[in-house]
Amino acid sequence: MEGLTLSDAEQKYYSDLFSYCDIESTKKVVVNGRVLELFRAAQLPNDVVLQIMELCGATRLGYFGRSQFYIALKLVAVAQSGFPLRVESINTVKDLPLPRFVASKNEQESRHAASYSSDSENQGSYSGVIPPPPGRGQVKKGSVSHDTVQPRTSADAQEPASPVVSPQQSPPTSPHTWRKHSRHPSGGNSERPLAGPGPFWSPFGEAQSGSSAGDAVWSGHSPPPPQENWVSFADTPPTSTLLTMHPASVQDQTTVRTVASATTAIEIRRQSSSYDDPWKITDEQRQYYVNQFKTIQPDLNGFIPGSAAKEFFTKSKLPILELSHIWELSDFDKDGALTLDEFCAAFHLVVARKNGYDLPEKLPESLMPKLIDLEDSADVGDQPGEVGYSGSPAEAPPSKSPSMPSLNQTWPELNQSSEDTAIVHPVPIRMTPSKIHMQEMELKRTGSDHTNPTSPLLVKPSDLSEENKINSSVKFASGNTVGQQQAGVVAHPPAVPPRPQPSQAPGPAVHRPVDADGLITHTSTSPQQIPEQPNFADFSQFEVFAASNVNEEQDDEAEKHPEVLPAEKASDPANSLRVAKADSKTEEKTAASAPTNVSKGTAPLAPPPKPVRRRLKSEDELRPEVDEHTQKTGVLAAVLASQPSIPRSVGKDKKAIQASIRRNKETNTVLARLNSELQQQLKDVLEERISLEVQLEQLRPFSHL
Amino acid sequence: MAVCIAVIAKENYPLYIRSSPTENELKFHYMVHTSLDVVDEKISAMGKALVDQRELYLGLLYPTEDYKVYGYVTNSKVKFVMVVDSSNTALRDNEIRSMFRKLHNSYTDVMCNPFYNPGDRIQSSRAFDNMVTSMMIQVC
Repeated sequence: MEGLTLSDAEQKYYSDLFSYCDIESTKKVVVNGRVLELFRAAQLPNDVVLQIMELCGATRLGYFGRSQFYIALKLVAVAQSGFPLRVESINTVKDLPLPRFVASKNEQESRHAASYSSDSENQGSYSGVIPPPPGRGQVKKGSVSHDTVQPRTSADAQEPASPVVSPQQSPPTSPHTWRKHSRHPSGGNSERPLAGPGPFWSPFGEAQSGSSAGDAVWSGHSPPPPQENWVSFADTPPTSTLLTMHPASVQDQTTVRTVASATTAIEIRRQSSSYDDPWKITDEQRQYYVNQFKTIQPDLNGFIPGSAAKEFFTKSKLPILELSHIWELSDFDKDGALTLDEFCAAFHLVVARKNGYDLPEKLPESLMPKLIDLEDSADVGDQPGEVGYSGSPAEAPPSKSPSMPSLNQTWPELNQSSEDTAIVHPVPIRMTPSKIHMQEMELKRTGSDHTNPTSPLLVKPSDLSEENKINSSVKFASGNTVGQQQAGVVAHPPAVPPRPQPSQAPGPAVHRPVDADGLITHTSTSPQQIPEQPNFADFSQFEVFAASNVNEEQDDEAEKHPEVLPAEKASDPANSLRVAKADSKTEEKTAASAPTNVSKGTAPLAPPPKPVRRRLKSEDELRPEVDEHTQKTGVLAAVLASQPSIPRSVGKDKKAIQASIRRNKETNTVLARLNSELQQQLKDVLEERISLEVQLEQLRPFSHL
Repeated sequence: MAVCIAVIAKENYPLYIRSSPTENELKFHYMVHTSLDVVDEKISAMGKALVDQRELYLGLLYPTEDYKVYGYVTNSKVKFVMVVDSSNTALRDNEIRSMFRKLHNSYTDVMCNPFYNPGDRIQSSRAFDNMVTSMMIQVC
């Protein structure tokens, strides 16, 4: 690791200090007490001292290894110079004066400082002394601190063993701890970033313990479970070990990684990140990953093809099965290629796995690639991920599982909606049944011919025909009126029918007597129709009438005919039939009570013109009516479906939606008109009914007799 | 909803087969094996000209007394066979299609994994297993 770069003077100075503190002559560890004294002597505020200790990894380790010590000293110098205390500053701050320690130590210090100021660098020797930093240059990952938290007490032991990996590049000095420090800065963060990328080449496990421990420990937070070791400063697991661990892999970056920036970033992230998020990628780690990514794919916005990624990760010597799982987790968009974010996540997972972490079942949130919409300035290098992601969705099959990042909601929504639209039957928006009927009838009316509409009406009348024979023409008229009104309404919403109907009623009635039953039956049918189809029956009635009238030639109805005929003919006969039936059904229900009265009332009235015919037809139509009633809904569905239902149009372009909205609005207005007219007709019918009842009462004495 | 789900490679050896009632698994294996003939028959019936237009979903391959077997073939001649309990009458064609679609998607995900060598048994993909489990659990 690049680690700590010390000038010769510094080297000497530090080593002297180390020896000074190394009262036990272990050459490896200095006693905390001495170190503390030294630091206090540095006349730095306590919190700074604490921070330094945290940064250098001593808190993690619980003691000051040489590297930690050196780093600490450097940090002291940094602090004394007024620079922000950051891990990166250790190396980045040039020409740092040697740390000054007051009190007894000062003399030594000053002496040393003076003498060392001009010393040449002894880094080589130091590096030798310091646990050989894993020189692997490739491991740029400075995220030593990332070491996954691993409750590895062995880490301590490892520290002396130090870098597992033989340094390929001799790190300047104390690189290991370097890295760890960078992690620590966040101090107190329970975050335990996973060890850096080093894992591949270095005994990853070692590194882990360090980083997280230091951080968490410092603040006294209980580290995430895996890191129980690092509960307190005293316990500080060998974070420094970690640093050393991270050997080469992480090396190069450490020093460079501007510790300062990393620190701040880490701190920020720590504050914002979850308390126990072991999957967080620290900046250093991220930087390391990014660099590794660049080695494979120079374009940060590009992808790493699967084969290249496979080779790369195979080097980590993890079993293929696990690598396969890691791939599954990290390849978010399932495109067989890794974007920067995905790559970082995969790398992170490998690091974690190497450090002994078990792979999660699901990708941790912190590892999820940023989606297109996410603009996370806080995250370094996420932008490429976003871009990459935006590119990758194109590759992902549209029907990717909806479990994809929530940000990519458009995809799952579209997919689902498309699937839904493909599979689900269009469900028409249902308005009130009456309106539906109205609409249907209206639509049907426009196209159907008269004969069909009449049938539904006829169905009803058949039942009552007998009784209705007595029905008066008035009733018939009323029925006709209603029917005609309704029919008229259906055919022409702002229909003329209501008015002409009364006048026409007698007409049709007169003309109907063709049937054997004569007007009576006709009347009877009309009453039947009335009760049966409170709102719509009349359509069929009207049609019946119309049909009959056509034959019979009424002038009055002639008017209606032209109105109705064209409309009805236009519509589908079946539809009209259905509509009429629907209407008749509704009318039936509403008029359930009326029939008797009506029938009686109409007896004295002129019999409906064609009761017989209607009766017959009604019978026939009653039967199919039942079926058609159900069909009505289907028709309605079809009708409404023809206008792209709003639910379905969801997800389609706005024009379709707007068109459907327009159509729906038109339908609404039409139906509203129909409704109002039918309401009016209803009133009329009720009046008729009242009059008929009165007549009935009048007749009753006779009937009883 | 399925009782048994199998993924057959192009060369007609199984890549993945899982049955829900753990007893009598052999019976399901045998059913899947015999259904391959039907699949081949359906594929060849399409004719070469229709290869592109050939629909991936083959539909009901054949019904038995207790079970119905549905088939689906991808463009790379990888076959998915699903055995469904006949008593489950609520299953509509659309649902079967959607299940096959999910299967296909999961299969492509497995394929995309560079660590998966085509032709290997699908045993490493948790996502695939989870998906199949979800489809089979619904039966119960």
